[in-house]
Amino acid sequence: MPDTLNPTAGHVKLGSNSGQPMSRRDGIAKVTGAATYAADNRPDGLLYAVYAGAGIARGRVTSLNVGAAKAHPGVVEVMTPENRPPLALDPDEKHHFFAWRIEALQNDTVRYAGQPIAVVIAETLEAATEGARLLAPTYDEEPARIGFDGGEAYDPPTVGIGGNPTFEKGDAEAAEARSAKVVETKIATPMQYHNAMEPHAIVAQWDGDKLTIDTPNQAIVMARGGFAAYFGIPPENVTLRSPFLGGGFGSKAILVGPQLLCILAAKLTGRPVKLTLRRDQMYGPVQHRGATRQTVTLGTDGDNRLTMIKHHSVATTSSFDEFIEGAANASQNTYATPVLKSSHGAVRQDTGTPGPMRAPGEATGSAALEVAMDRMAEKAGMDPLEFRLLNYAETDPASGKEYSSKNLRECYAEGAKRFGWAGRPLAPGMMKDEHGRLKGWGMGTAMFPAPMFQAQARAVLKADGTAVLETAGADMGQGAWTALAQIAADGVGLPADKVEFLSGTSDQPDGGVAGGSGHTATAGSALFAAGSDAVAKLAEIAMKDPDSPVFGADNAGVEAREGRLVRLDDESRSDSYADILARAGLSEIEGNGTGARNPADAEARAMFSHGAVFAEVLIDPDLYQIRVSRLVGAFAAGRIINPKLAASQLNGGMIWGVGFALHEEGIHDPRTGRPVNGDLAGYHVPVNADVPCVETLLIDEEDHFVNALGVKGVGEMGISGTVGAIANAVWHATGKRVTSFPIHISALL
Amino acid sequence: MNIFDYVRPASVDEAVTAGAQPGAAFLAGGTNLMDLMKIGVAQPGTVVDITRLPGLDGIDTLPDGGWRIGALVRNSDLARDPDFAAACPAVAEALLSGASAQLRNAATVGGNLMQRTRCSYFQDPISACNRREPGSGCSALGGVTESHAVLGWTDQCIATHPSDFCVPLVALGARVEIAGPDGSREIALEDFLALPDDEGPGGAQLGAGELITALILPEGSSAFAANARYVKLRERTSYAFALVSAAAMLRIEGDTIAEARIALGGVAARPWRVAAAEAALAGKAADAGAFAEAADLLVAGATASGDNAHKIELARRIAVRALTLAAVGTPARMPALPASVFANGADAHA
Ligand SMILES: Cc1cc2nc3c(=O)[nH]c(=O)nc-3n(C[C@H](O)[C@H](O)[C@H](O)COP(=O)(O)OP(=O)(O)OC[C@H]3O[C@@H](n4cnc5c(N)ncnc54)[C@H](O)[C@@H]3O)c2cc1C
Ligand code: SF4
Repeated sequence: MPDTLNPTAGHVKLGSNSGQPMSRRDGIAKVTGAATYAADNRPDGLLYAVYAGAGIARGRVTSLNVGAAKAHPGVVEVMTPENRPPLALDPDEKHHFFAWRIEALQNDTVRYAGQPIAVVIAETLEAATEGARLLAPTYDEEPARIGFDGGEAYDPPTVGIGGNPTFEKGDAEAAEARSAKVVETKIATPMQYHNAMEPHAIVAQWDGDKLTIDTPNQAIVMARGGFAAYFGIPPENVTLRSPFLGGGFGSKAILVGPQLLCILAAKLTGRPVKLTLRRDQMYGPVQHRGATRQTVTLGTDGDNRLTMIKHHSVATTSSFDEFIEGAANASQNTYATPVLKSSHGAVRQDTGTPGPMRAPGEATGSAALEVAMDRMAEKAGMDPLEFRLLNYAETDPASGKEYSSKNLRECYAEGAKRFGWAGRPLAPGMMKDEHGRLKGWGMGTAMFPAPMFQAQARAVLKADGTAVLETAGADMGQGAWTALAQIAADGVGLPADKVEFLSGTSDQPDGGVAGGSGHTATAGSALFAAGSDAVAKLAEIAMKDPDSPVFGADNAGVEAREGRLVRLDDESRSDSYADILARAGLSEIEGNGTGARNPADAEARAMFSHGAVFAEVLIDPDLYQIRVSRLVGAFAAGRIINPKLAASQLNGGMIWGVGFALHEEGIHDPRTGRPVNGDLAGYHVPVNADVPCVETLLIDEEDHFVNALGVKGVGEMGISGTVGAIANAVWHATGKRVTSFPIHISALL
Repeated sequence: MNIFDYVRPASVDEAVTAGAQPGAAFLAGGTNLMDLMKIGVAQPGTVVDITRLPGLDGIDTLPDGGWRIGALVRNSDLARDPDFAAACPAVAEALLSGASAQLRNAATVGGNLMQRTRCSYFQDPISACNRREPGSGCSALGGVTESHAVLGWTDQCIATHPSDFCVPLVALGARVEIAGPDGSREIALEDFLALPDDEGPGGAQLGAGELITALILPEGSSAFAANARYVKLRERTSYAFALVSAAAMLRIEGDTIAEARIALGGVAARPWRVAAAEAALAGKAADAGAFAEAADLLVAGATASGDNAHKIELARRIAVRALTLAAVGTPARMPALPASVFANGADAHA
């Protein structure tokens, strides 16, 4: 392993914890139920809140039978727009780039089906549930606007979080006219719902103007500030605890209305209140992925090199706020092309507002791009992998910048070898399994930005030779508790079992957002820097202490190893942390660190993780049921801190890709706007039988620019190549090109 | 969930009396009833827990060679009963293709017959639904109808019966044994699950207080043991209701089909059985031509009830597939993915 380039860590190097396939530190706690999730908290005097969701998608609530609800045994209070305590901010305003307009009973307007219209607070969950039903609302209903045809089209000012809706390099129309071959591909993707295993849940308790909330959150310290602002109290007055999340996928990064309602209910009743969404309530106020309709136009020259990529995507959003799935942006950074154009349109419909959902933009956009690339390869008479290699981007196509690192070539080679891609017939419909099922092979390129945000961490070296490191990070099942602890241990040069790693509450240093696949890189860098800072302070003391074996080592330097500082010019001379602190009369020494990207590196380089996904499908020749029989993904994502967890993330991403390709579809009745399949019996995600064989290969990649640790991210990339790979395999099996996801039997019939 | 009384009767008679009270509902495995109570579709005033009733959990052979299966036998216990599974393999395969292992462990025979439709408008108390509230209308008409009927529907209701289990049962001519305030009766399962007509939405023919006590498989049910299959089409490999399904059973003598049974699932308010289709197979060689003819007869008169015309062709094809697989023979062991087109050894189109 190379020495770290972290400038503040000149005396230490990344130790032996990183790179190990350590099992989850929280694994036993989780499988034995000892790990508590938000809804597991039951403070004394707890009340249960259940909100009534609107039965219409647009209009006004004209009446609520509050009397009936209040008369129900166990019901304590009913909160409606009339008696809901005030908020310090208007929930209809956008207060922060990472805040949505939300529903917190500000008035009687209904903007989507399932919108909270009243909250019933009771001594038991059952009483609150029944109370909410007894409200029997009546409405002044307006027709629902649903889908691309029912909604209202407009040009969105932004895409994703504050992104530019259009990007242009060169003249796409002229390039198209000059191209030897042009292929236009249209792809539709449906609304998708995050559906984390753990529903959104919150327990809120007021103590004067101090607020304690247990709620799963992907950006703990930022969320604390958000909650505080809504209630007009200083952030320090809010304690937000989120040690574990049962999945977030983006939907637990942004504050949502039901959370405010619970806090308001606690304020109204003066008692602690818990609000847990039912599964069917997860199809409204807690975001989703907007539907897209995309057109990808590719042009090539006589040598089958891309002359242009034009990608246009129209996405759905709500009638009152904006989050536009940046699908067309996925074409900006994947294949070499002199001319590029990506653009977005949007349609307002009467649903909740979409939000970032695992690989927002990349998942949907790459699904279309990879199908388009496959069609162009077909037109060129080329193997799909050969065609991608021919159009390999040596520099970032959009910016022209060099990559900080890119080992995609090796991913292609290793993935293809492991899968057995060689010898794949070019034409579709040529392969069968031993039972006569149609067999097809397809591939796709996986790609995801390697961002870094801002994070802080604290490290404390203790007199007994152990250390405590902390940052308000978020473990949503991805394994942050383990991977971050590994980096933390390396930061202080101790074995992981000598380090106590604390994470998940808002009184810790800001761990940044666990999103954008940047959490390990960001919070990890902060932890490593904090550890290095503490060790540097310790070294400073030791090297000036004539009684220390490392006295005077300043020029040669020392290295932290297993709780000792070792002289680099004479490894026989070392000093233990405990001895150094004891001689100095200190009980502990504290270090602080920040994780953020070096702005010069960020400016100079394009930073992405990459991968290649190969899929095999088997399809019944008469009935067209599809099964993904094999998936192999080879991924290069910088330094892998924990290969076991990384592979598990990437496998999970590929399995998500199976769901995207074949199952997931949020359906709203076009007449009423109400979800038609709003539970897990109706909204399908893959089950074990859908993924008989999934394999991740981790390809070595050294990156000296992303951050001192060389860490990129693995959380979202696995989806991006997989969806297209499956669609392309379906074509290879059947000769039928996919035009919409999920791929239904009826589309192949 | 509404407030309800809970009673646990000690005998069938007590259960019938308790069940006859207005607003009472029998609770068996609860895998359907509890879900419907949680979403406010079912609001019983009294829940009559029948799970501890004595004498309803037997799997017995009858003197005539038929079977009597107690209403409280768990779906998984029946499917894994070696004698029953050997005699009626398509029934076992259908059971194991349904729901998930956890649900099958809880679900009972009686509950499976009585499970309500999965029509999403039925499950949404705000939508008008003739099955939930006779005369209120049918919201599925003109709505999202992938799971809806293409046979035997009327404007009163276009829902399907979701059970896999019932499909081979109807093919075998199973009968339902019922205890009620006026004594016991027996009715063919096919008649028990009434189709909608111009007046009403159809549904299970069970009066107030009537309790299913057993399922009777007639004499001769095991005659098809060597050539019996259930095939279920769905877009997720497991844990999904059928888009369409078919149970096929053949009694083959020499080179010809002596007797055939075939029923379709997922296409109507009850498993769809057509006498003419079975008659057309009798005396024929078990070949593609005969199967295609039978399948055509099975789906004769099918019409889309919405955006689901493709189900007609799929129903035809799955009938052919089930017959083809049945002719190949019942697998020696239950396939790893029961009823799946990806079941091991399902090499019907090789
Ligand atoms: C997620 C999910 C997936 C499923 N997938 C499938 C599938 O793929 N295929 C399939 O076939 N099924 C499937 N099921 C349905 C399942 O088979 C039924 O829920 C189950 O069989 C019902 O049996 P139970 O004993 O739990 O009935 P309960 O829920 O206890 O009762 C259901 C109804 O039957 C009545 N009842 C029960 N017993 C009697 C009796 N003895 N006499 C009179 N009335 C009675 C009850 O009053 C109630 O109205 C699925 C269910 C779920 C929840
Ligand atoms: S199809 Fe039947 S169950 Fe569905 S809404 Fe119509 S009447 Fe109700």
